[in-house]
Amino acid sequence: MAEGTHVPIRKYLTVWLWLFILSALAYFIDVVHVPAPWKAILLVIVALMKAGMIMAVFMHLGYERLSLIYAVIAPLVFLLVMTIAFLPEGTAIFGSHSIAAP
Amino acid sequence: MATAELSLQQEFQEYTLRSPFKASWQKVMMWVFIVVDALTFGSLLVSYGFTRVSIGTWANPAEVFALHIGGKEIPLLLIAIMTFILVSSSGTMALAVANAYERKKKQTILFLTLTMLLGLSFVGCQVYEWTHLIEQGTRPWWNPYGPPQFGAYFFTLTGFHGMHVLSGVIYLAIVARMVANGTLDRRGSYQLVEIAGLYWHFVDLIWVFIFTMFYLF
Repeated sequence: MAEGTHVPIRKYLTVWLWLFILSALAYFIDVVHVPAPWKAILLVIVALMKAGMIMAVFMHLGYERLSLIYAVIAPLVFLLVMTIAFLPEGTAIFGSHSIAAP
Repeated sequence: MATAELSLQQEFQEYTLRSPFKASWQKVMMWVFIVVDALTFGSLLVSYGFTRVSIGTWANPAEVFALHIGGKEIPLLLIAIMTFILVSSSGTMALAVANAYERKKKQTILFLTLTMLLGLSFVGCQVYEWTHLIEQGTRPWWNPYGPPQFGAYFFTLTGFHGMHVLSGVIYLAIVARMVANGTLDRRGSYQLVEIAGLYWHFVDLIWVFIFTMFYLF
């Protein structure tokens, strides 16, 4: 009986394998001490690739109607706005936290 | 009885056809919940990033979460194992959904149970991690590794995520029971398994970002 979204099992297994590879890669990037700006860039790229694969295949979003895809993705843009708005602001109050010596 | 339930199923299908998303309302509501929950986790992570940037110093997660094995210190080993467990559970969940669509009850229950066991072992690792850090003196207001905010964000982020995993295990247990006792057969739709899968994969998705932003940076 046809119901819901059918994704071939082969595709699931491929994504599963890629998630293992990318997780290992992220761990590897941390262990080998990649220099500062590149580490952040690489880690964000790997995380976004994993997130994209999980959403598109495991959560079947790539097989849904475009209207549902937009409804899910659009609000998440606000997270990007928050990050861009707040992280640089963090440096503006640099040192104003009281830090007890560990 | 049978006709009443058949009409319920027809009602679902008609709704799905009329929906602007071409999806059942159950699935749309799960997506609404996921978007809201993503924004909640997002604000926690943005707040964490803001605090960490504004303090300037932070504990070194590679040292804090290292495991001692055979006299050697392996950085972040426990976190790597936890990531491995959660990615595995996502895979078994996907297989449960695939089997549910083919109405293979036994396989569906098997993969749902595997997913629950992996979820529970993830929570078990987290209990071990919390116990270790609390024994070392970590509190939401103080810790021996770095600024006090490190402890606060550690407990908030991992605690919030761990609660999601635990709720997910309970959710999957209810779904597995409904598969086993034939509730979904009588309902004429196995979509509930897919919707539960959405939640489970979302919890894995959140871990990707906590793993990257809290443990690896």
